[in-house]
Amino acid sequence: MNPKAKRPDMAGVAIAAGLAVIAGIIWWDATGLVAGSPYGLGPDAAPKVIAAGLGLLAVANFVTAWKGTMPHREAGEMGPIVLIVGGLAALIAIIALGGGFILATAILFAATARAFGRRALAVDFGIGLAIGVGAYLVFAKLLTLSLPMGPLERLI
Amino acid sequence: MDTLLQLVHGLSIAVAPHNLLFALIGVLLGTAVGVLPGIGPALTVALLLPVTYKLDPAGSLIMFAGIYYGGMYGGSTTAILINTPGESASMATALEGNRMAKAGRGGPALATSAIGSFVAGTIATLGLTFLAPTLVDIAVQFGPEDYFALMCVAFVTVSATFGDSAVRGLTSLFIGLALGLVGIDKLTGQARLGFGMPELLDGVEITTLAVGLFAVGEALFVASRRNHAPEQVEAVRGSLWMSLDDWRRSWKPWLRGTFLGFPIGALPAGGAEIPTFLSYSIERRLSKHPEEFGHGAIEGVAGPEAANNASAAGTLVPLLTLGLPTSATAAMLLAGFQQYGLNPGPLLFADHPQLVWGLIASLYIANLMLLVLNLPLVGLWVRLLSIPQPWLYAGILVFATMGTIAAKPSVVELGMLTVFGILGYLMRRFDYPIAPVVVGIILGPVAEAQLRRALSISLGDPLVLVQSPISATLLGIAVLALIAPFVLKGLSRFRAEED
Repeated sequence: MNPKAKRPDMAGVAIAAGLAVIAGIIWWDATGLVAGSPYGLGPDAAPKVIAAGLGLLAVANFVTAWKGTMPHREAGEMGPIVLIVGGLAALIAIIALGGGFILATAILFAATARAFGRRALAVDFGIGLAIGVGAYLVFAKLLTLSLPMGPLERLI
Repeated sequence: MDTLLQLVHGLSIAVAPHNLLFALIGVLLGTAVGVLPGIGPALTVALLLPVTYKLDPAGSLIMFAGIYYGGMYGGSTTAILINTPGESASMATALEGNRMAKAGRGGPALATSAIGSFVAGTIATLGLTFLAPTLVDIAVQFGPEDYFALMCVAFVTVSATFGDSAVRGLTSLFIGLALGLVGIDKLTGQARLGFGMPELLDGVEITTLAVGLFAVGEALFVASRRNHAPEQVEAVRGSLWMSLDDWRRSWKPWLRGTFLGFPIGALPAGGAEIPTFLSYSIERRLSKHPEEFGHGAIEGVAGPEAANNASAAGTLVPLLTLGLPTSATAAMLLAGFQQYGLNPGPLLFADHPQLVWGLIASLYIANLMLLVLNLPLVGLWVRLLSIPQPWLYAGILVFATMGTIAAKPSVVELGMLTVFGILGYLMRRFDYPIAPVVVGIILGPVAEAQLRRALSISLGDPLVLVQSPISATLLGIAVLALIAPFVLKGLSRFRAEED
């Protein structure tokens, strides 16, 4: 055993705290429910059981984290994650503002490719546009799924 | 006899041209995603759910089952040729198969795994064919309290018994259960965990959760670690044919693997990892060439591969007869049934026999297609590994967001997809299993409904849970399975200190 692993694991402590907070929210939400039938379980029984379980698990996670026996993977890089989540945020913003599916798709494609180490941003954006148009034709026109509309979609 | 008649009837449905086409698309897609590292059959079915909900249910389900079987075949190709198992069930295959490939015996390794998969898949599908009707006869006698107890067994075995850590498995399960609470309570019409958002009243979409956890989470995780250089792809050298000696050394492991994989897969115990590792250690013990293990023993590929495929057919038994998913892929198949308003269980066999038996019959066909497609086309599949990773994951994310927004046209849904993606990343990063979350969100509401039904029939008397012998036994098993890992862990720690 390597002595470093025996230190309290702060990420693990944070996970335990997060679980405790979720348990609290579920319990609080359940107290506002009105019991339905005179017999059997009301709608608040399952949430309370699950909240109690999460509370217990928060304690158990805290114990393993404090003892430092949690398995740990190396941290990895944050940059690519920010890029992909940023791409998803851009996609949501474009669709919400009526920019349409194809444009949003192209930006997500380019951002993800960039996160995986590609440098040719313009090329990837072009590929993303092509994929967006292709997917739009197949899924919106052929399979009649409804995809968000924007200026590009109205042209097709 | 009745079963055979039903099966013949099912075959007549499965060979209808459009169903054959769906099966073919399924096995092709399944093999492709099985070959690509990091993309499993569960993710593929999750991605396809939203875009198939307007198609014919029988055809889509046949396609999903083809993906499940195909993923098992494809995963072994990757395990043998690049030592990166596409799924954990192929880990045992990678141990010996990759050594064989490095020693220039990649051809026979691929062959024994494909033929073994075919043998095991066919025998196990036969097992499914004859076991399912029997189980259905038992399952119709289940009352709501028995179903509740059965769900408890599934919760415990899926999350606690077989993971690395019972605490982390249970944590995942409870996250899934908590997500399953969201939405309107069906009995009283009150919103639970709605936070005043109308989008949450229908509950969390299972497909959004699964696509977020599997696709977005995996992309984030791989992107954050892309500097870990991928392993070298071994070229397939040597003949694809197995020598007479290879055959002689393979057939017994195939059969043993099948008889390990099918029953363990059929128990509500979940996963293919246990039977594959059991098969590996048994072959190692029984082999006449134990010195070859670790250096490319063909038995170490043949047995685990057969066990792997047999367990896939095994998990379909509880799924079809009881509506009980015991693996991530089975959970996604269940979501596939539910999107057409179909509920697997004894009633499905009574109400939609043509669909169930068409599906079972198509499994035989899918297996045969996979054998024919896999061996001659292995070079083609290997070429899939040369798709640049950036485009592969970018494409997956585009497809994931498109499927989500097509299923539910709201940007809130995309926001949830992103949140679940980050959750999936964190769970991978800190080593929490993903499958229990999906099982929890699907089975949690069902278990609650059954419990409430049982208690309202008994006028609130909780003793009903232990008065039914079936329910009492199942609850006993659940408690044992919950305690076992903690006791066993104590034992192994004791042993480790002794060493």
